Amino acid sequence: MTEEIVLSLVRAFVVGGALCVAAQLLIDLTALTPARILVSFVCAGVALGALGWYEPLVGFAGAGASVPLIGFGGAIARGVREAVEEEGLLGVLSGPLSAASAGTAAALLFGYGAALLFRSKPKRT
Amino acid sequence: MDRHFSPPDYRERVRRRAAATPVVKNAARAFLVGGAICAVGQGLYIPLARLTDPRQASVWVTVILIFAAAALTGLGLFDRLARHAGAGTLLPVTGFANSVVSPALDSRSEGLVLGVGAKIFSIAGPVILYATLAGSLYGLALWVASLFA
Repeated sequence: MTEEIVLSLVRAFVVGGALCVAAQLLIDLTALTPARILVSFVCAGVALGALGWYEPLVGFAGAGASVPLIGFGGAIARGVREAVEEEGLLGVLSGPLSAASAGTAAALLFGYGAALLFRSKPKRT
Repeated sequence: MDRHFSPPDYRERVRRRAAATPVVKNAARAFLVGGAICAVGQGLYIPLARLTDPRQASVWVTVILIFAAAALTGLGLFDRLARHAGAGTLLPVTGFANSVVSPALDSRSEGLVLGVGAKIFSIAGPVILYATLAGSLYGLALWVASLFA
C-alpha cells in the first residue's frame, strides 16, 4: 500500500519532470516563446487524447501527465468525445470549453482576486 | 568596415555574441522543479480520489495548484522560483495560472475593465483559443466519422 503510493509519486515525478525537460529544450534550442510552448503542449495534449494515448499515460503517471499542460488538452479531447457522443454536432461546440471550464474559471477568478489584493512587484531579470 | 551582413551571416554573429545557454543545467532544473510539482499534485490526488471520483479529484488537484500559483504570484514569490525553474514551473498548470495572474496584477493601474479584464487573457487567450480550435477539429472529425459508422 505505502509502496504503491511511493511508486505513484515517483512515476508522477519522472514523467512530469521529463515533459518539463522537453519544454525546456524547446525553449533553449528553438527559441520558442513560453506562450508558444503553452499553446503547443495544450494542442499536443488534444492530439494525444484524440489518438487514445493520453488515457494510458495518465493511468501510468497520474498527476505527472495531468498536471503539465498536456493534461488540459487531454481533458479537452475526452470532453469533446463525450459531448459529441451525447449531443452530436452541438458537442463540437460545447465540448472543448466545458471540459476546460473548471481550470480556466479558477485561473481567472484567482487572477482577478490577486489583482485586487496584491500590488505588482518590480520585476528583476 | 562593411556593415552589410546577409541574414544568415547576421544570425551567426548574434549566435556567437550571445551568452551560451546552459542547456543541461536548465534541463536539470526543469526536471527537478517540474517533477516536484507533479509529485505534489499526485500527493494531493491520492487522498482526494478517496473522497470523490477520480475525475473530480484530478480537477480539484488542478484547482488547488492554480490557487497556490496565484497566491505565490501575488506575493512575488512565483517569479523568483520561475527564474530558476524555467519550464519546470511553466509547463505544469502553475505556469498557466501564472500567465493569467501576472498580467492581471501588472495591469491593475490601467483599470479593471480594459486593464485587468483585457490583459488577464493576454497569454491565456491564445491557449484557450488554440485548445478550442484543436478540440473542435477533433470533435468535427468524430462527428463526421459517426455519420458513416
